[in-house]
Amino acid sequence: MELAKKMKETKLTQELPISKQESKLYMSYISVAFIALLIGGLMGLLQVFVRSGKFTLPFGIDYYQVLTVHGVILGLVLTTYFIIGFHFSLMGKTVGISLKQRRVAWVAFWIMVMGTIMTATTILLGEASVLYTFYAPLRAHPAFYIGLALVIIGSWIAGFVNWSQLAVWKKAHRGEKSPLLAFMVTINTLLWFIASLGVAVAVLVQFIPWSLGYAETINVLLSRTLFWYFGHPLVYFWLLPAYMAWYAIIPKIIGGKIFSDSLARLSFVLFLFFSIPVGFHHQLTEPGIDSTWKFIQVVLTFMVIIPSLMTAFSLFATFETTGRRKGGKGLFGWFKKLPWKDVRFLAPFIGMLAFIPGGAGGIINASHQMNAVVHNTIWVTGHFHLTVATTVMLTFFGISYWLIPHLRGRKLTPKLNRLGIIQAIIWTVGMAIMSGAMHIEGLLGGPRRSSFSEYGGGEQVHAWIGYQMAQAIGGTILFIGIILMVFIFIKLTFFAPKGEEDFPIASEEEDAEPTPPWFENWKLWIGITVVLILAAYSVPVMDIIQHSPVGSAPFDWPIGR
Amino acid sequence: MHLHKYEKIWLTFGIGALVIFLIVLGYGAFYKGTHPQSHGVTIDQNNIESNEAFKPENLGLTKVDDDKYIINIAASAFNYDLGKDEEGNVVKHIRIPKGSKVLFQATSKDVIHGFNVAGTNVNMMVEPGYISSLEVAMNKPGTYTIVCNEYCGVGHHLMYATLEVYE
Repeated sequence: MELAKKMKETKLTQELPISKQESKLYMSYISVAFIALLIGGLMGLLQVFVRSGKFTLPFGIDYYQVLTVHGVILGLVLTTYFIIGFHFSLMGKTVGISLKQRRVAWVAFWIMVMGTIMTATTILLGEASVLYTFYAPLRAHPAFYIGLALVIIGSWIAGFVNWSQLAVWKKAHRGEKSPLLAFMVTINTLLWFIASLGVAVAVLVQFIPWSLGYAETINVLLSRTLFWYFGHPLVYFWLLPAYMAWYAIIPKIIGGKIFSDSLARLSFVLFLFFSIPVGFHHQLTEPGIDSTWKFIQVVLTFMVIIPSLMTAFSLFATFETTGRRKGGKGLFGWFKKLPWKDVRFLAPFIGMLAFIPGGAGGIINASHQMNAVVHNTIWVTGHFHLTVATTVMLTFFGISYWLIPHLRGRKLTPKLNRLGIIQAIIWTVGMAIMSGAMHIEGLLGGPRRSSFSEYGGGEQVHAWIGYQMAQAIGGTILFIGIILMVFIFIKLTFFAPKGEEDFPIASEEEDAEPTPPWFENWKLWIGITVVLILAAYSVPVMDIIQHSPVGSAPFDWPIGR
Repeated sequence: MHLHKYEKIWLTFGIGALVIFLIVLGYGAFYKGTHPQSHGVTIDQNNIESNEAFKPENLGLTKVDDDKYIINIAASAFNYDLGKDEEGNVVKHIRIPKGSKVLFQATSKDVIHGFNVAGTNVNMMVEPGYISSLEVAMNKPGTYTIVCNEYCGVGHHLMYATLEVYE
């Protein structure tokens, strides 16, 4: 009996080899992400330069065109491609992929690439300077919206492949719990699918017919509401892959075990519940949404604090347990035993630390009344450069240091590890300066998403410009970090010595309590998610539609079309 | 499912703090009336003059009573229309005495705009078809820059005015 149980457990932590053909698929997604990093980073550099007031863009390029590229390519392209590549790698490693599934995954890739090229072309031709939120009634070229729809549809197909991968595995392993990482990927793709339905409806039903001229007007508030129904879970779609690495991969890198398989699953389920019915906290200063419903969604927003607290506890519990096992004594002795010189740990760890001020800033943003102090100021930009551009990005970099050589049959050399550590430090310094200056300028009222302007002078504006200078310095340091990261990516992909790099997946403690089987009850999780969404959105959306003003005709000239 | 003793303490403390925080927010919003602006008042954006407040002669500053003012703003890309002064010049600078109660009412003639009296709580989305409004007491003297803080097109950063609170 004991033996049977042991055998089953080894089977559970079994890791599958990744074939050359699979690697090619996963690397294709990840490579697009790094190309996006370089282009988007360059745009970011141009923006901080312009906002310093000492530089004007050559060849009549418009600031807002550059800003649109930056937002779309980093916020949507880099993140989505990297995440899908990472999702596939995790699924391939834990549950496997069939030939048919791999083919469909390639279809998803090419649909996304086609959409990306369509959207990028319209932006580069100056036909879509609408920023990545594309708020109506500014109208971009129809190809901009069609391209976006293709990216979303491609990403859905990739998600469906992930679901079928888990389903096939479960058929072959009746009664067993799904591998933790496969469970997490399934939650994140579910979250993405349910959330992006909102923006898909907005794009397909509202924007495309309207931009083509088939519909004369658009319901502006409804389109914004559908966008933010998607826009907030979008940030959790970025964050959860980082959490996958924190929960299930970092413990292995530091030589420890998973703190609790069930708690990790529970926190992911809670993120699924509470990241969608909350979009109104992005629309708090909106004139057309009832304030009671805004408050209800504010309360729901704050429920994500619970899984966040659980995550923080689990991570530091793993760190302490591991450090103590390695002989760390006293209250904080374990801290020194952590592998600080291993970039696979250091980069994500800095990311975790950045999430403390990042999360606190998020609480301020969503705080019903306090939001008015910071709404649409550059504080918000500073906030998400801490969360997505530091927490998430540094974790993605931390993943790349082992995932890319693993997929390419190469080794992370000590020299590249050292370069990675330097990269993480450059990133931290650059971001502390840039994001810090953005936060302060925002508190002083400085607006986000605005080209350089003296606004007719005045003391307030002088203070803002000083902080914009600091942002230019921070942004320049960050751009050096990007160049270094792209260099490391190229090295790891093409030039690092051949060898075998570990795909670190942590296992549970020997005496871990079994995970309750009800975690596999997907119908229940989806059911609760849908009920919460309907509860939070049905009445206010009906209200928006019934009490809507006359629709808005499209506007082309304000964006220079 | 097992929860570690320390984790129970940690979560109890965390969730307890969260509950208190939400009660404070709710108390402020529902009993003190500090909800963010949400009135759901609609207007025809193609004909804002149909609303009394946005007739050309009513734009800008109007004194209603001692210490009580209304400021009506018609936003359009890339301008805040604050009416004209007695000599027929376009108003870009508004002065009000310290301690006045000011009702801001704004609407858009075209795309989405922002209306932020920088450094204050007067921060509203201005959208076609809706009237955004907020009443505040201006107690701190100084000159405030009014900025459009929602992207409205290529001239977005040129959309501003100033508000002076004098003693």
